[in-house]
Amino acid sequence: MTTEAGTAGSRALARQRRRRSAVRFWRAYRTHGAGLLGLGALALFTLVALTAPLTVGSDVAGVTDAPGRPLQAPSGEFPLGTDQFGRNLLGLVVWGSRVSLLVGLLAAVLSVAIGAVVGITAGHFKGAYATVLMRITDWFLVMPTLVLAIALATVMSRSLGTVVLAIGVTSWPTTARLVRAQTLTVESRPYIERAKALGGGHWHVMTRHVLPNVTPLILAQTTLMISSSVLAEATLAFLGLGDPTVISWGGLLQDAREAGAVSAGDWWYLVPPGIAIALVALAFTLCGRAVESVLNPRLEVAR
Amino acid sequence: MVSDAVSAPVSKARRAGNGTAYPRYVAGKAGGAVVSLLAVLVTGFFLFRLIPGDPVKTMTGGRPVSAAQLAEYRKQFGLDLPLWEQFTDYCRKALSGDLGMSYQFRTPVIDKITEALPNTLLLTGTAFVLYTTLGMFLGIRSAWRQGRVGDRLNTGLALTLYSVPSFWLGLLLIVVFGVGLGPVPGLFPTGGMESGGEEGFAYVLDVAHHLVLPVITLVAVEYGQTLLVTRSSVLDEMGSDYLTTARAKGLRDDLVRRRHAVPNALLPTVTLVFVNLGRTVAGVILVETVFSWPGLGGLFYQALSVPDLPLVQGLFLFFASAVIIMNTLADLVYPLLDPRVGR
Repeated sequence: MTTEAGTAGSRALARQRRRRSAVRFWRAYRTHGAGLLGLGALALFTLVALTAPLTVGSDVAGVTDAPGRPLQAPSGEFPLGTDQFGRNLLGLVVWGSRVSLLVGLLAAVLSVAIGAVVGITAGHFKGAYATVLMRITDWFLVMPTLVLAIALATVMSRSLGTVVLAIGVTSWPTTARLVRAQTLTVESRPYIERAKALGGGHWHVMTRHVLPNVTPLILAQTTLMISSSVLAEATLAFLGLGDPTVISWGGLLQDAREAGAVSAGDWWYLVPPGIAIALVALAFTLCGRAVESVLNPRLEVAR
Repeated sequence: MVSDAVSAPVSKARRAGNGTAYPRYVAGKAGGAVVSLLAVLVTGFFLFRLIPGDPVKTMTGGRPVSAAQLAEYRKQFGLDLPLWEQFTDYCRKALSGDLGMSYQFRTPVIDKITEALPNTLLLTGTAFVLYTTLGMFLGIRSAWRQGRVGDRLNTGLALTLYSVPSFWLGLLLIVVFGVGLGPVPGLFPTGGMESGGEEGFAYVLDVAHHLVLPVITLVAVEYGQTLLVTRSSVLDEMGSDYLTTARAKGLRDDLVRRRHAVPNALLPTVTLVFVNLGRTVAGVILVETVFSWPGLGGLFYQALSVPDLPLVQGLFLFFASAVIIMNTLADLVYPLLDPRVGR
């Protein structure tokens, strides 16, 4: 048996194992009713967001040639009523899902990526580097995230990139802690010693052995993080720190407040964006919790 | 939640013996807190000096201003000095409580903060007591009957409210109970802290009346976290041998819960409540904004919509330091409450 055949064989074996564990994962996930519910809701929201250009089109956001009169209550023509420019609110909520989901997803990916890099390197390289890194993590952990994000968003230009950055760089510490703990557990196992003895360097150990083992944790964390990122995006937009030129759920609520919908009692303007935010956040939380408890039945209790 | 930073001094302290353990622990914690506070100070400076490019341009907000005026502004806010001098100047002033002048109000930032602080403490304190009590009570109930209908309802409701944006809930409460909707009359004021013109006991009642909706909002969005944490800590104790012993000696079920399980389970909850203070700050900022409550959160919103950089910076320093100090206090009290930690 040549070495090449050996590598090919071990690769096929690894693939097979991964496929099997994915099937096992799905079987366990299926037993969580709430997780399935969340997954279903997410599929629905994603579908709505992706098909929005076909169903409502981008001109729904245009303030000129608005189809209705300003601030109309829900009717047959406008199921959710109209806003202060006479735009169709149902269309705006559907259109807003694109920005809210996209920013939530990007911010969560950024946050988890920072957390994973910090966590894996802090767990792998011990000593002064890890100590300093974990001190920084602890510092970010106790900092009031929203205050930091607001400060960042205030001093930078108003754009979606700013919002993603402000959420991403303030919300990574929890992930870093979890990933580091998992890295330490993985690295204490004998096969890491074997890999090192066979000449595996830092990069090899971190990417080939540690990373695959922390990936499930990273996935669960991303799911949970999207939920809080969607909320954070809505919050920043509501405070007027989002991109004023795009439609998002938080931005709609800010518009509603500025148009005086609160004191006029125009509930139909306020209810739909909020429900959309809450449903998406809840759906991601349910999925994340289901993934967590599948991966680690004790985690739910131990946290 | 015992972090590595916590456990390292603890294990050293154990070796040193009981007499010197706690003072050492305190010294370690206080040292860590000082470093954290310095980090806040440095962040506060560089965040607001380096990123925006020219603070004076931001300040004038694109209005046409003559070069002479710009130079005047620079001099007034000390922006013509080299960066290093600006930094030492800023540190010296910040440490002596001088946080600069607000662009917007033309008054010292520290005066605005001390003016708004009591209002925030009133709102937050009331809400804090209520949501901690409610969260712990429901969390204990929930864990004790884990998996039953009550537990599922409790956890479900808590998770749902936890996912609801606090500002949105506040807006809805204003529409329904402040403005009035359909058959519901406007029962509560829509914002602010007082109607004005009241004195003595009537004033207290008036403020309490204004307090109802903001407090309900804060409690609704915050109690879920306490509930879930308490539930987990009680569940952690559920299988313990000492509970079996307590039952074996014939104690009634609720005595086992009250006297044995709960005291042990509450300790981790206490720390987590403090670790999560950052989230509470976020809730306070939004609720105060929505209800126009004249506190620090409302002030923060006014500052960021201008943007009034010295005020944003001052409030950033204040919020961050307050959270760090509260956390350190919790760390210091914790070993006194729980002999298993730090001794």
